[in-house]
Amino acid sequence: MSIPMTQTGSDSAARARQLRSLKAGDTAFYWATRLAAYAVLLLLGGIIISLIIGAWPALKAYGVDFLTTQRWAPSAQPAPILGGLSPIYGTLVSSFIAMLIAVPVGLGIAIFLTELCPPALRRPIGMAVELLAGIPSIIYGMWGFFVLGPFLANTFQPWVIARCAGIPILQDIFAGPASNLSLFNASLILAIMVLPFITAIAKDVFETVPPVLKEAAYGIGCTTWEVVKNVVIPYTRVGVIGGVMLALGRALGETMAVTFVIGNSFKISESIFAPATTISSAIASEFAESDGLHQSGLILLGLLLFVLTFFVLSAARLMLMRLEIKAGK
Amino acid sequence: MTPNTNPYYAARKRKNAISMALCVSATLFGLTWLVLILATLLWNGIAGLNLAIFTENTPPPNAGGGGLANAIVGSLMLTAIGVAIGGPIGILAGTYMAEYGRYNRVTSVIRFINDILLSAPSIIIGLFVYGAIVRPMGGFSGLAGAIALAVIVIPVVVRTTEDMLLLVPNQIREAAAALGYPRSHVIRLVAYRAARAGLITGVLLAVARISGETAPLLFTALSNQFWNVDLTKTVANLPVTINNFINSADSNWKQLAWTGALLITAAVLTLSIAARAIGGKGSK
Repeated sequence: MSIPMTQTGSDSAARARQLRSLKAGDTAFYWATRLAAYAVLLLLGGIIISLIIGAWPALKAYGVDFLTTQRWAPSAQPAPILGGLSPIYGTLVSSFIAMLIAVPVGLGIAIFLTELCPPALRRPIGMAVELLAGIPSIIYGMWGFFVLGPFLANTFQPWVIARCAGIPILQDIFAGPASNLSLFNASLILAIMVLPFITAIAKDVFETVPPVLKEAAYGIGCTTWEVVKNVVIPYTRVGVIGGVMLALGRALGETMAVTFVIGNSFKISESIFAPATTISSAIASEFAESDGLHQSGLILLGLLLFVLTFFVLSAARLMLMRLEIKAGK
Repeated sequence: MTPNTNPYYAARKRKNAISMALCVSATLFGLTWLVLILATLLWNGIAGLNLAIFTENTPPPNAGGGGLANAIVGSLMLTAIGVAIGGPIGILAGTYMAEYGRYNRVTSVIRFINDILLSAPSIIIGLFVYGAIVRPMGGFSGLAGAIALAVIVIPVVVRTTEDMLLLVPNQIREAAAALGYPRSHVIRLVAYRAARAGLITGVLLAVARISGETAPLLFTALSNQFWNVDLTKTVANLPVTINNFINSADSNWKQLAWTGALLITAAVLTLSIAARAIGGKGSK
């Protein structure tokens, strides 16, 4: 559509038509954008409704017992016996261990990038860490299965198992036999995958600290570590926690990488070197071949996962928003 | 007394040195994984890289030979359709949030929901599309896979579009409006042009995000051993093909999976670097 640059004045009917069509186009564009914006809301509603409808049969059949039953026997007769305890446990524990590893390392990288790194290296290293976030999840899975898994099973796991033998609680948590497929391997892969999210957000919020505050601390003779510990971290605490929650949301729902390395075993084991399963890996490995109540049970697991990530991500966003308001954005 | 001889100062210096050394080793730790993963991919993937990868279809089990042509074309097709559906919706929604409803309550709700969708597990999106499209349509289809990818594209594009349009100075809009342009023209001819680099970045990031996605395709597009461009049937695609081939005992399939993985990673990393390069020039 073009706008008439010249008007002859005499053909005012043509001009009126032009203006009408401009107005119609204007209104149409407005409504197109408005409907698209509402589509985003509908999308969330659609996801929730579709999951509830799909999960309804299982919800009716198992009720609250679904949360406390460990047995997962989709082909049991006369009806499948389904309990979500094992995948829920696996999801929570694998993400928790992943955060134990990823948070200190991610913050360490962010501190290195903002306080120590020579300016010339800052961009390349920052970019390299962000590239980790770009590698598709299935690649992490393949690499974890063929490279990391055998390495951990042959070296790291036997070493830890031998060290912990005879120490009361530790010998149960780090019990043998070493395995290529284990909860710990999945946690380590998850930690590597969420590392860039923590680093990126921590770096961003560290940069919101007013230089004057840091300079004042250096001015009275603080060391770099003391500035970070007493000025930077307290000032950005809410944002850092928000970033960690965001990474946790990612870790809880991560699918392909975990499916490759966790072993998909529905038996809850005390040892983190034993195979386990998570909600997303159970869905990924069983859904395409499932039907009836089994399928509904898997969708119910999906619904639980969505509710869980929804709350974690909401909390993350609210915290990050609070920091943005503080930073005066 | 000089600071160096005071045990308290020495302890502080030691603590600082230790913690800073830990930060450096954290960085090395992070970079090591990147190098290890890329090295493994190159090592295993390059061995199978030849012309047949791009010209021949996936082979039957234990037959040897073959390529990934059908999977590559299928992936390109699903990605293109996913972006073609999700991109415009995302750009329009972002436009509403930045241009029309900038100070609305609704906009902040949409922004919040969009941010949650941005990080929602992709397998949940697969379940959603399975319930909303695969089951009513009576079977797995390429179209369902493309729609699942579109659902992932939308929040990425909404986010970048809104951010980029908010960076366009208001004076430019006011100048255009003063010339008598209708509001939709101000947006399309002026604001979009000013934010073009950012909008392209958003779409590129979305393409990078979906081209490696496997989970939402597992039970929407499924995969296909043969050449098929009919969207109502299952369509071969690289991620699911890799997933199926890598776990097989057939060494030929395994080799194809590694080569496919190398191709995907190369494409995704190139796209994200390109997006960053364009975005870096356009703003900030």
